[in-house]
Amino acid sequence: MFAEWPLLSLTVWTPILGGIAVLLTGDKGDANGMRRLALVVSVVTFILSLGLYTGFDTSTSDMQFVEKYEWISVFNIFYHMGVDGISMPLIILTTFTTILVILAGWEVIKKKPSQYMAAFLIMEGLMVGVFSALDSIFFYVFWEGMLVPMFILIGVWGGERRVYATIKFFIYTFIGSVFMLVALIYMYYQGGSFSILDMHQLKLSMDEQILIFFAFLMAFAVKVPMWPVHTWLPDAHVEAPTGGSVILAAIMLKIGGYGFLRFSLPITPDASHALDWLIIFMSLVAVVYIGFVALVQKDMKKLVAYSSIAHMGFVTLGIFVIFQIWENPANTDQTGAVLAIEGAMIQMISHGFISGALFLMIGVLYDRMHTRNITDYGGVVNTMPIFAAFAVFFAMANAGLPGTSGFVGEFMVIIASFKANFWYAFLGATTLILGAAYTLWMVKRVFYGEIANENVRALKDINAREFFIMATLAVAVLALGLWPAPVVDVMHATIENLLQHVAQSKL
Amino acid sequence: METLYLAIPLASLLGAIIAGFFGGQIGRKGAHTVTILGVGTSFVLSLVALNHHVFAGGETYNETVYTWMVVEGLRFEVGFLIDRLTVMMMSVVTGVSLAVHVYTIGYMADDEHNWPKDSKAGKNSYQRFFSYISLFTFSMLMLVMANNFLQLFFGWEAVGLVSYLLIGFWTVRPTAVYANMKAFLVNRVGDFGFILGIAAIVMYTGSLDYQEVFLQGEALSTQTMSIFMNTEWSVVSVICILLFVGAMGKSAQVPLHVWLPDSMEGPTPISALIHAATMVTAGIFMVTRMSPLFEFSDAALSFVMVIGAITAFSMGLIGIVQNDIKRVVAYSTLSQLGYMTVALGASAYSAAVYHLMTHAFFKALLFLAAGSVIIAMHHEQDMRKMGGLKKYMPITYWTSLIGSLALIGFPGFSGFFSKDSIIEAVHNSTIPGHSIAYAAVLGGVFITAFYSFRMFFMVFHGEERMDKHTKEHLHETSWVVTGPLIALAIPSVMIGAMTISSMLFGDYFGTAVFVRESHDALAKVGENFHGVWGFVEHGVFSWPFLLAMAGVLTAWIMYIKQPGMAAAMVNKYSLIRFFHKVLENKYYADDFNDAAFGGGSRGLGKRLWKYGDIAFIDGLLVNGSAKFVGWFSGITRKIQTGLLYHYAFAMIIGVLLLMTFFVIFGNN
Repeated sequence: MFAEWPLLSLTVWTPILGGIAVLLTGDKGDANGMRRLALVVSVVTFILSLGLYTGFDTSTSDMQFVEKYEWISVFNIFYHMGVDGISMPLIILTTFTTILVILAGWEVIKKKPSQYMAAFLIMEGLMVGVFSALDSIFFYVFWEGMLVPMFILIGVWGGERRVYATIKFFIYTFIGSVFMLVALIYMYYQGGSFSILDMHQLKLSMDEQILIFFAFLMAFAVKVPMWPVHTWLPDAHVEAPTGGSVILAAIMLKIGGYGFLRFSLPITPDASHALDWLIIFMSLVAVVYIGFVALVQKDMKKLVAYSSIAHMGFVTLGIFVIFQIWENPANTDQTGAVLAIEGAMIQMISHGFISGALFLMIGVLYDRMHTRNITDYGGVVNTMPIFAAFAVFFAMANAGLPGTSGFVGEFMVIIASFKANFWYAFLGATTLILGAAYTLWMVKRVFYGEIANENVRALKDINAREFFIMATLAVAVLALGLWPAPVVDVMHATIENLLQHVAQSKL
Repeated sequence: METLYLAIPLASLLGAIIAGFFGGQIGRKGAHTVTILGVGTSFVLSLVALNHHVFAGGETYNETVYTWMVVEGLRFEVGFLIDRLTVMMMSVVTGVSLAVHVYTIGYMADDEHNWPKDSKAGKNSYQRFFSYISLFTFSMLMLVMANNFLQLFFGWEAVGLVSYLLIGFWTVRPTAVYANMKAFLVNRVGDFGFILGIAAIVMYTGSLDYQEVFLQGEALSTQTMSIFMNTEWSVVSVICILLFVGAMGKSAQVPLHVWLPDSMEGPTPISALIHAATMVTAGIFMVTRMSPLFEFSDAALSFVMVIGAITAFSMGLIGIVQNDIKRVVAYSTLSQLGYMTVALGASAYSAAVYHLMTHAFFKALLFLAAGSVIIAMHHEQDMRKMGGLKKYMPITYWTSLIGSLALIGFPGFSGFFSKDSIIEAVHNSTIPGHSIAYAAVLGGVFITAFYSFRMFFMVFHGEERMDKHTKEHLHETSWVVTGPLIALAIPSVMIGAMTISSMLFGDYFGTAVFVRESHDALAKVGENFHGVWGFVEHGVFSWPFLLAMAGVLTAWIMYIKQPGMAAAMVNKYSLIRFFHKVLENKYYADDFNDAAFGGGSRGLGKRLWKYGDIAFIDGLLVNGSAKFVGWFSGITRKIQTGLLYHYAFAMIIGVLLLMTFFVIFGNN
């Protein structure tokens, strides 16, 4: 049934138009009706996006569900969309997470709730657009457009230092993207096309590649974020409302990783090869350095934000370690390289679930106590036992326990990076210790022990709505951890093709 | 058989799920009934499997259950390898677990008193406890039944998780939640090595499947890899040592032993089940399973042996100065794990597993007996407040005596056979380090006997040192507690004599354990083996027996004959005082770890955050560039005064400058 529908357009425009509709209902009327409308829109979008999975052909690496119309013909710019095994799972992650974010803000957001909901729906459409655009200018429009709702979310519903955080967030990411735009325009002049797939084939000299690589790096490294351009993230998270943090961690960071796979590797393979040491270095610093920094955070959101940076280090490590795997004469087949990139992909999806869950949990506590300081808590298990059980579960997932999704990606990337260099795996595997240390230490201080103060004593355990959100994420984390094959299988063809492409020098 | 194998772990899992998620609905009785049924099913089916493989001559079963994922031909699977080693482990695990389940009914009956009144965390704690121990049984079964490294790692970490949950079961006790985090983190240090070992296996063999990897064991020994600049390491040695680091965490070998004594903060049934009989032996089992790899690395075997020897000797010494009844048993466990590890290093894998089995029974017995004493003493664990319990608790007394005799290796008891064969195997080993190891295990015999009977005498004999209130209430514990004690006492006596011929000197393990001929120390011991009686007779006239008796005698003199003697010696001789202090402080290992690793990493994190993130990146680069822009625009803004005559003046100057420029350069 879905096959003939323009599914991608529907997945992009349903939430955007739905968001505008929610905005128009305003806050004067029935708030519950508005919330229900927002929820329906997000659920419909999710169901539409599932069509991308069920109708997906895993045997081909070609773009699927392609739509192409002329948009700005003077510059050869097209309304061009399509998905492959890299973008499709990320689109579903986006539509899935948005439902939970709408639910999480249900009765919690008192200030201008319709605008809050609308911002998330519009942002959802824009993010799906980022993952599905195949024309680079079309992509760029979504890429920048997505910043606006997030800017508003932090700026309007944020905490005390929201102005500092929004400006920092915006300038950091914007500076990065401008360089990317320059690179895109340069390639248009070289090849006469803004199509991303054409750019993959575009011949570029080493000097050109290096400049373009750095332009992309500025854009994507900030988004991931990679050390040392990560300092906007803790601030943005701390000030953002819960839903904003969830989207930021679960989806927006992934756009950086997606960019490396869609742009950097295939467009500048030789520069990526020549500069892989830099990215590997930055990734390993992220895992180790940030792991230590996370350990000493006093604010729970900051702690989870730093944990995100460390976990995203595995994504960039997995993507750029492939060249050294190829160079190591002990490896005779493609297993290592495929493992590395698929590990990076799984790590992105898993991190979407787990970090989303952790930020939602901090939101649950913040809604009740209005503080995120670890020292203000203690013994929460005594008053919120069900919630504490979820907390321990997601903490273990964050620490990469086998059986949860957190294990899969890290395991794959560690195994793969061993094939490149013993020390990469060695430094990467420190996350087993550091990740467990900062996560469990937080759990211990917040949840365990005797009731620390009267505020904790007054806490009420999670309600049905919160339980539903937590349980949904817990099922997702377990499902991906116990049986990753369905997710891995949809990527195979695309990633093998990508590796073949990257292995061929453009020089 | 496939359905049967699948049913073994799943029966326990099912019990855990029902008791865990529906504990409130089914109530206490429902919870313990369903979990005992689950584990009981696992136990009975394990015995069926044991019978099938050992007596009916069943073939080794090695099949995939489901495929987790496949990447470029590298298969990540969940599957079972069932041979004689596996069925023995399965039977021991489920058997001890069943006994512990029954015992828990009594031990946790008053658990609501262990929680503060205003806490909701204690709600359904009884059901939750049963859920956890069943979940543990499932995880441990997955670990021992694995046919590949992925599932091994899954089971490995899953038992770690349950151990974390159970040590910190009383979540409101600060000491318990400190101990569980410590246990998890120290185990993670081991797992860090373990995962690197698995990565090395994938790289050099291209497979996670045991059989495929083992086939390449010999080939790996000829390959080398460089780790530091120009040093070449044998691949098989690197793999084995990395895997053994994992075993050091789980089986609590020095220096990763520090978590095990603290794990005694958990309820006693789990000390018996997890931290004595089963989980801590996972490392021993793993190395035995990996014997086709370890056999090709003398370096790894030597490393294993030396670590084991250090653990066996040094941890036993600490046991001498402990006053908490559970901690004595805990240090005894550490020391015995050291014995098993030494046996692994001597390539006497079957002796290690044999000791693992006998130890599982008598150590679970000793823990449960200690728990029985603790119940009777109203949760007092300090042995200095006990004494003379013999007449109040006859069943606990006699079963404890059996457990202690088995532990010290009294001829005829199960521990005698296993420990003596380890000592003999080490004696005959040719692996570098065997002479130190031999001295350590021999000395360890005296120490074991001393601390075991020091505890035995302090608890059951001598002066009654408890307060009046406790004394009035002293009585033997109920049948759910004493029943399992008796059930465990029987194998503690018999299992050694029953199985030694086939397990150590027969072909019980068949192809499950691989020993190269040049390493086969046990075979040399076997040459002098002429039946169980001969072994016992020989044992009575050997050094280990004399040392054990000397240990018992010393304990008797110091704690029964002249109770003040120990304290007097410590006061009188400064050297003894010094050693006593070092032992009381557990060689300062905890203090060192807290300062170096705990404090060190927090300090490092603070510095990186303060100077790296806040001062350098944010302060200098980010806000610095913002300030620079502000500073620069501040200067340029000064030019924009908004006064018309300033602008007019600037225009005139500008026109003049331009005119001058054209006059001078314009002609060219």
